[in-house]
Amino acid sequence: MSHETKYNQSGALAVGVTAPDFSLRSTPDQSVKLSEFRGRPVILAFYPADWSPVCGDQMALYNEMLGEFQEFGAELLGISVDGAWCHAAFSRDRKLHFPLLSDFEPKGAVARAYGVYHSGDGVCERALFVINPEGKIHWSYVSPIGVNPGASGILSALESLVPAEVAK
Amino acid sequence: MKTTDIPSSKSALPIEGRDHIQGNIHAPITLLEYGDYECPYCSEAYPIVKEIQARLGEKLCFAFRNFPLANSHPHAVHAAESAEAAAAQERFWEMHDLLFENQGALEDEDLAQYAAGLGLDAERVIREVLSGQHQARVKEDFKTGTRAGVNGTPTFFINGERYDGPRDVETFLEALTGK
Repeated sequence: MSHETKYNQSGALAVGVTAPDFSLRSTPDQSVKLSEFRGRPVILAFYPADWSPVCGDQMALYNEMLGEFQEFGAELLGISVDGAWCHAAFSRDRKLHFPLLSDFEPKGAVARAYGVYHSGDGVCERALFVINPEGKIHWSYVSPIGVNPGASGILSALESLVPAEVAK
Repeated sequence: MKTTDIPSSKSALPIEGRDHIQGNIHAPITLLEYGDYECPYCSEAYPIVKEIQARLGEKLCFAFRNFPLANSHPHAVHAAESAEAAAAQERFWEMHDLLFENQGALEDEDLAQYAAGLGLDAERVIREVLSGQHQARVKEDFKTGTRAGVNGTPTFFINGERYDGPRDVETFLEALTGK
């Protein structure tokens, strides 16, 4: 596959491309592997940093929406370059009920693989991917780094993915 | 679906007979707020909205929907449900105002006290809150918000379009009146 078709104009991996597998720390002693979720949609929410105000709001919003994501059978994974202990403290402080993955070593490797590493600042872009049950990218969006993209795009993507399950 | 699709806000307009509305539903300008009674930014916006309502008078229709961030704000859901319980006794807006004016005191006992202060059947309000009678309504508000593009609280929609600008009275008024 050529570079032109693998990435879209935002620089992110394009729709239809197989989502690169990864295994990242979710806590200091646990890891999460993307391919474990094959068979279900996965939402990857890359964000620049724990504790920064917009991320806080964005993650707080998604935290309240886990039930809605669950209706689609979807798993939500937050990803930043922060270390596992930092994630643990942030997650506890904000009472987050979904995993925050640590793209810490080598730094930003997963974000780079998805085309959403912001090298100037050494952080992940604020980028969303919805991965279909077959492990391919179904939708993505790269938000301006200071803007909370909300969840309407994720919901539309999930709806277009599993229309049968939504019909209720 | 293309990757360039921006999660844009879909039209969010007050619905007559469903939403809590101040002013005429047919007013030329509508302002819809998604808010959380325990959110400090919402209580900052509260007097601004009052001022805007005073300035625009008949020209404005204002509506409020619940968007409680329960994990961040442990009292937000009961507060929202108490306002809905007050609505069941025809006093939504009085309760809405009291909740924002007393944001630091939103324990169940406080909610009961505010309800009693408004001359409501406070026992009924608390019973309805504790039994989750208004839970479905609050959740429905929340869901309409996530789909419309609410990304935090408060989020305002002017004539169905999300307003992301500054919330000082003058800038807000300009956005509302197009001047």
